[in-house]
Amino acid sequence: MQKHVLVIEDEPNIIEAISFILSRDGWSVRTHSNGVTAVETVLARKPDVVILDVMLPGKSGYDILRELRDLPETRDLPILMLTARGQTKDRELAERAGVSHFMTKPFSNAEVIEAVRALVAPVSDPP
Amino acid sequence: MITLNALIAVCLTYVVFLFAVAFVAERSALRGRVRWVRAPLVYTLSLSIYCTAWTFYGAVGSAARSGFEYLTIYLGPSLVMIGWWWVLRKLVRIGRSQRITSVADLVSSRYGKSNLLAICVTILAVIGTTPYIALQLQSVTLSFEVFAQPGVPSPEEGQRSYTALWVAVGLAIFTVIFGTRNLDANERHHGVVMAIAVEAVVKLAALMAVGIFVVWGLSGGVAETLARIDSSELGQWQMDGGRWAGLTLLSAAAFLCLPRMFQVLVVESDDEGHLRTASWAFPLYLMMMSLFVVPIAVVGLDLMPPGSNPDLFVLTVPLATGQEGLAVLSFLGGFSSATSMVIVAAIALSTMVSNHIVMPIWLRLTGGGASVSGDVRSVVLLARRLSIAGVVGLGYLYYSLSGGGTALATIGFVSFVGMAQVLPAMLGGIFWRGATRTGALGGLITGFTIWIYALFLPSIGSGALPDAVMTEGLFGLAWLRPQALFGIVGLDPLLHALLWSMTLNVITFVVFSLASFPSPLERLQGAQFVNVFDHSGGPRSWAGGVAQTEDLMIMAQRILGAPEAQALFEREARRQGTRGPLPDPTPDFLESLERVLSGSVGAATAHAMVGQIVGGMSVSVEDLMAVADESAQLMEYSARLETQSNELSRTARQLREANQKLTRLSVQKDAFLTQISHELRTPMTSIRAFSEILRDSTGLTAGEQIKYASIIHDEAIRLTRLLDDLLDLSVLENGQVHLNLRQGKLGEVLDRAAAAANDGGLSLRIRRDARREQVMLNTDLDRLSQVFINLIANARKYCISDQPELSIQVTDDSDLLFIDFVDNGEGVSAEAQDMIFEKFARVSDSQAGGAGLGLAISRQIMTRLGGGIVYLPGHKGAAFRVMLPRNYAMAAQ
Repeated sequence: MQKHVLVIEDEPNIIEAISFILSRDGWSVRTHSNGVTAVETVLARKPDVVILDVMLPGKSGYDILRELRDLPETRDLPILMLTARGQTKDRELAERAGVSHFMTKPFSNAEVIEAVRALVAPVSDPP
Repeated sequence: MITLNALIAVCLTYVVFLFAVAFVAERSALRGRVRWVRAPLVYTLSLSIYCTAWTFYGAVGSAARSGFEYLTIYLGPSLVMIGWWWVLRKLVRIGRSQRITSVADLVSSRYGKSNLLAICVTILAVIGTTPYIALQLQSVTLSFEVFAQPGVPSPEEGQRSYTALWVAVGLAIFTVIFGTRNLDANERHHGVVMAIAVEAVVKLAALMAVGIFVVWGLSGGVAETLARIDSSELGQWQMDGGRWAGLTLLSAAAFLCLPRMFQVLVVESDDEGHLRTASWAFPLYLMMMSLFVVPIAVVGLDLMPPGSNPDLFVLTVPLATGQEGLAVLSFLGGFSSATSMVIVAAIALSTMVSNHIVMPIWLRLTGGGASVSGDVRSVVLLARRLSIAGVVGLGYLYYSLSGGGTALATIGFVSFVGMAQVLPAMLGGIFWRGATRTGALGGLITGFTIWIYALFLPSIGSGALPDAVMTEGLFGLAWLRPQALFGIVGLDPLLHALLWSMTLNVITFVVFSLASFPSPLERLQGAQFVNVFDHSGGPRSWAGGVAQTEDLMIMAQRILGAPEAQALFEREARRQGTRGPLPDPTPDFLESLERVLSGSVGAATAHAMVGQIVGGMSVSVEDLMAVADESAQLMEYSARLETQSNELSRTARQLREANQKLTRLSVQKDAFLTQISHELRTPMTSIRAFSEILRDSTGLTAGEQIKYASIIHDEAIRLTRLLDDLLDLSVLENGQVHLNLRQGKLGEVLDRAAAAANDGGLSLRIRRDARREQVMLNTDLDRLSQVFINLIANARKYCISDQPELSIQVTDDSDLLFIDFVDNGEGVSAEAQDMIFEKFARVSDSQAGGAGLGLAISRQIMTRLGGGIVYLPGHKGAAFRVMLPRNYAMAAQ
């Protein structure tokens, strides 16, 4: 059964790149580029995993993450955060907010695929 | 039989030995090795000058004549030492803190530094001591005679006088050599004190030796001696209670007042603590001195032929029994007693005479011009030496005139009563603040007069007072008979004189003190004396000795500055009418000085400082000067305090602002770096992702390949542009930009900018007024064009409208050229208007693709060009105004 990935990102070229590599890896990819409506989109689409940018128009990725973690439906939702702000404090902020995995841009495509796979089936995955 | 020559040789040897002792002690003290010189034992032994030849020889005589009465002269001092040592301690403390040099100085200093009082006491002391010195000369002369013609007084008057003269000359020389070697302010004579201590040992040893010989050698033991005493006249002796009490009181008073006793007790004292030892050791010494007096007297009365002088039993008994060695030792004991008394008395008296009589006269005669120069010291030394010679000479003169006929003990008591007159003024002065100069002077003169009239003159013998006065009274008034004043008859003459002189002395002292009002300086000194233990923190050495006014002057200079202080002191000196530049430290002057100083250092400090210099000196002058220096600095600081505090608060505000600015800058820098990181990483992310896709993915269509390669290409260009902008901004912000000034028309610059910005389509319509653009500019046309391009590109990117339109209007101000760019979009929100010129401040989303540095760069450029760029509120769409100086040449630097 095909798993759903929701990519919340505002940079069109990056959306296109992530959509391309994950589609090729067999994921059903949906995208969203507005921070304000991101949470309701997640609730509506019910993805298996979310890829979240930090600097989004209207609302920051950290706020979206916190709101998702406060909701029972998305408390345990695997969320991979991608950010161009790679400082240590950004990582700490994300971890406090409850991120599942954190990656800085630019990323390696293979690593993104690997991370998304690990997030969706962490237990069944062989070590 | 020992010859007189041999005795003289022994005597001279002994004197040489004393010289050596004094010399060594003096040298040790000079080299600072003062511990053995200043031992408590030495102090105690030096007090033994109380035991003069009168005590050495006379006590036995007294015992032979009056039984145990001789004990009173030991009892008085013992009681003072044991029971009144706290009085002595107070005297010693006052002596130190006030730098007292003699008993006259003490009384004078206490009563407002009155020189009249000092002269009175000095005269009294000289008159009272002269017979005493004569007594010593007489005893030495008599003892020589004993050896010359044992048992028989020499009939040759000239020979006797001759001996006395040589003794007097020798003593004067010794005293001059060791008493005036140098003129220390402290007036201490370590050599003399040490020699006296040695003599004290010699006389005690001599008397003890004679006593032991008498008790065990002649009487056969203690029991036999006691039996002999019981069977003698002394055994039947009845105590006269009044005389006993009177004599005890008298000797106690004399112990405190005698100039030589004051010299060793107070002036020569190194350490208050020595009194503790002396308080038991000295009574012990006196007890040992008195132990064998009665046995010697009793045995002497038995042994010697009737009519023998009992005063000489100490010598004649050993001689009569063939104990020549013991006799010589005894002679040396008597010689020691006499010489030590004369030496110390001469030093004490010469200090008084030179300080209170000679020096004031000399200063008056010379006009005081030398009062600060060095030759004063030599004058003082000379005065002191002459005074010593004079005092000893007077003693010799008295001896010659009186012929040495009177019994030794009587002379001693006469002297005692005379000096006791100082006691009321002295004790009253240190315990009663109400005592005044008038009271002291009145009491002293009253007691002195009665003493002279009732005791001294009669004691000289017939001739001093006419017989008529003695029997009929002065002016024939019976109640003025010298030995029966106010009709009191039948009293012992000594007791009579003591009673009347002391009673009237005390009454006059008290009444006059109560009736008179003390001067301020007297009150000041009185407080210092009475409360000496409150004023002085602890025992202090005598070191120091700078005049008070000089200390005050130095202190004032340090506080007020030299010119002002000198002016103040000179003014005061003129007002007081003193000679020389320094005024007397009168209470008035001290008060005004205090007031002036308090203007600089505050009232309390000024009071304490003046009080310390004038008062107890519990703080050293050096300490005070340190305080003064600090105070002066404090003054300087406080004078500048206001300006400084203003400066400080201004500096603090500036620092606070700078800090805030730095914090803001730091935050801005962090934000800027984060922004740059983000702006660089975003295109790099696309580039990496698509290049990996192109590299790794198989089966890409040709269209996909071209599309992804194009994205990589575009992002690379975006990256380059971003780096260019950053560099540009950095250069502009650092002011390193080089302006390329050229002439050109505004319209042409706008044409180029519109063409560059609107590259790739005509989506934005630009409305211009060509006529108004015919303005000649002299500026960096490329930079200005960069600003225009940015504004037009922004309009193209951000103007959200069906028919986007940008209107460029040129208006003239007096010295500025306005170029307004207004589009028909939605405009910029009020909050955003403030930040659009900041770096990376993109208002909406990043669709426009700019890095957000355009307006920041534009603002920098316009600032460099001497103009500016602002957002124009009040328009429907976005509106920017570029301002350019009319004459750029003026603004371009």
